[in-house]
Amino acid sequence: MSELVKVEHLKQYFPAGGFGSKKKYVKAVDDVSFSIQKGETLGLVGESGCGKTTTGRSLLRLYEPTAGRITYEDRVIFDSGDVPYTDESGNSEKDQNGNIKYGKKTAVNMLPYRRKMQIVFQDPYASLDPRMTVGDIVGEAIDIHKLAPSKKERYQRIIELLECVGLNSEHANRYPHEFSGGQRQRVGIARALAVDPQFIVCDEPISALDVSIQAQVVNMFEDLQESMGLTYLFIAHDLSVVKHISNRIGVMYLGKLVELADSYELCFHSVHPYTRSLISAIPIADPVTARNSKRIVLEGDVPSPLNPPSGCRFRTRCPYATEQCAAEEPVFREVSKGHFAACHHLDKVN
Amino acid sequence: MSEYLVNIEDERLSFFTPAGEVKALNGVTIRVKEGEVLGIVGESGSGKSVTAYSLMGLTAYPGKLIGGQLYFNGHHINDMTEKQMRKMRGNEVSIIFQDPMTSLNPVYTIGNQIREVILLHTDKTKKEAQERAIELLKLVGINEPEKRLKQYPHELSGGMRQRVMIAIALACEPKLLIADEPTTALDVTIQAQILELMIELKEKLGMAIIMITHDLGIVASTCERIAVMYAGNIVEYGTTEDIFYNPKHEYTKGLIRSIPRMDAKEHTRLIPIEGTPVDMLNPPKGCKFASRCEKCMKICLTEMPPVTQFDEIHYTQCWLNQKEEMEKNGQAAPAADSEEAKGGAANE
Repeated sequence: MSELVKVEHLKQYFPAGGFGSKKKYVKAVDDVSFSIQKGETLGLVGESGCGKTTTGRSLLRLYEPTAGRITYEDRVIFDSGDVPYTDESGNSEKDQNGNIKYGKKTAVNMLPYRRKMQIVFQDPYASLDPRMTVGDIVGEAIDIHKLAPSKKERYQRIIELLECVGLNSEHANRYPHEFSGGQRQRVGIARALAVDPQFIVCDEPISALDVSIQAQVVNMFEDLQESMGLTYLFIAHDLSVVKHISNRIGVMYLGKLVELADSYELCFHSVHPYTRSLISAIPIADPVTARNSKRIVLEGDVPSPLNPPSGCRFRTRCPYATEQCAAEEPVFREVSKGHFAACHHLDKVN
Repeated sequence: MSEYLVNIEDERLSFFTPAGEVKALNGVTIRVKEGEVLGIVGESGSGKSVTAYSLMGLTAYPGKLIGGQLYFNGHHINDMTEKQMRKMRGNEVSIIFQDPMTSLNPVYTIGNQIREVILLHTDKTKKEAQERAIELLKLVGINEPEKRLKQYPHELSGGMRQRVMIAIALACEPKLLIADEPTTALDVTIQAQILELMIELKEKLGMAIIMITHDLGIVASTCERIAVMYAGNIVEYGTTEDIFYNPKHEYTKGLIRSIPRMDAKEHTRLIPIEGTPVDMLNPPKGCKFASRCEKCMKICLTEMPPVTQFDEIHYTQCWLNQKEEMEKNGQAAPAADSEEAKGGAANE
């Protein structure tokens, strides 16, 4: 397997009031690095406001990142010019004179890449234009990228796509309001598939759907991945769904990646105190297990991202927090093979 | 007075919309004893909220009760005037809504909103009300209550606001607390806090709770009895164990099968319930779930199934269960033949 998408030191700050030197920023995503292998599904979980959606959007450059480097299929599509190149062991590469090698400032034209990278949004009620027919919504991408030479072929392609997501040809002339939530989400997926992409960011694609419909859509994502060889970045707050669909999972807290591991490893052998409490907080749909399991209930709320705590951002709610946590930011390091975590007290936690 | 705190008998309620009559409830029967936690689960539009709201007389125009008897704590809800109803609301029964962001008034302080309930329903003076408000905030686990009382809702986080909502709901120590998706708008770690708090308070104050949710995980860990609703009917009712370990209705079975398990060691494919939810404007004849049911029979398409009682508590509304029970008891199965009628259903 080879790397399809690589994100290095991605930062996304949003201005939030203040003037001049007092200008404040919400650090929605703060120094996040990960890579996605071809054909795999990387899950991204976290509470609201932790920056998971922003990560997905910045990665597609729907927001222009503040800093970082994004590589797609070995081609740099964004580089802010201040991210050093690193070798496999994480050390900065140096040139002959011993200076750290930085990338060249880049921001490529995204249009050709939009054919390869697509997104499915969370809210199927808000992400479809109510004044366009479903056929036109799906066909718009075909027009923009000039994928169909004739009207007939365009129509055929639309029908093909609708059938691919479990709708049929008569749906093409209807408007979004005529569909249920689950069907609308299928339209959203058909739209993403219209350009024959390799990589899709799924931004909470099932959280707006009814329970009985969620499983249908999850299965469809799996089928499409198998038949079209897709790669997913699957963003959700529901860890049980993410665990089901992902090969690897990253956990985010206040703009930082705190743990990243294989999904089985993460769910059964997590090392970060936040991940552990997140897992234990999920209500289990089994009365006996639920009664016998002990919840680690976290105290307090997520701090404001406008002025996050110093050092480790989780320390205000962490039962293991010490002075060191306030002073130093923990490094995101490899704990065991392929399992990364950022915490000072991993030995105490385990 | 009956032995039940809540006794809803065969409630039928419709919304008369410009597009036509929407039958939100088609004969719902619910009984809750004092101090009991009942969970109502179902998809959006299945009527779970409407059932609970009608107990408080909160189903205003164009909703209309067209049948059934509602009793709560000795009151006959059907005959109550708006004035009597207002006396009861917030005093004997109160409610926590889904969205704590919109259910508090943004232009009044927290303290003002808590004191309002106390002053309205009791003879307490303003000073006593203030003391009670502080006491309540402590009860729901809010630090520095004196300071919080002077704050406005926008100054608090989602979890805090939901705690304030609970404090308001509990101000007069109601006999019944209706929690309408109390944690849906909250994050998982905050959800765990709020659920824990509600159960703790229930033990302390001894009130009954009706927990409305779409999350089977929440009912599994908090409720004693569960009602599963689908398109305005209770399709299955039983103890938590009945529902999770011995589900009888195909919809309940399907729901339990379709959720991914956090504790699953291997990747198993989910088994979804096929089809789409019922269009409540044009509901099908017979069993509402028939078009999505794998074991649909001919009779399911034409007649609404009767109640099949398995034991004192556990019941379903399903022809399949009815047939099995009858065969078990040596009676003749219902007249309709049991052949697969799926083809007929699909062609419609």
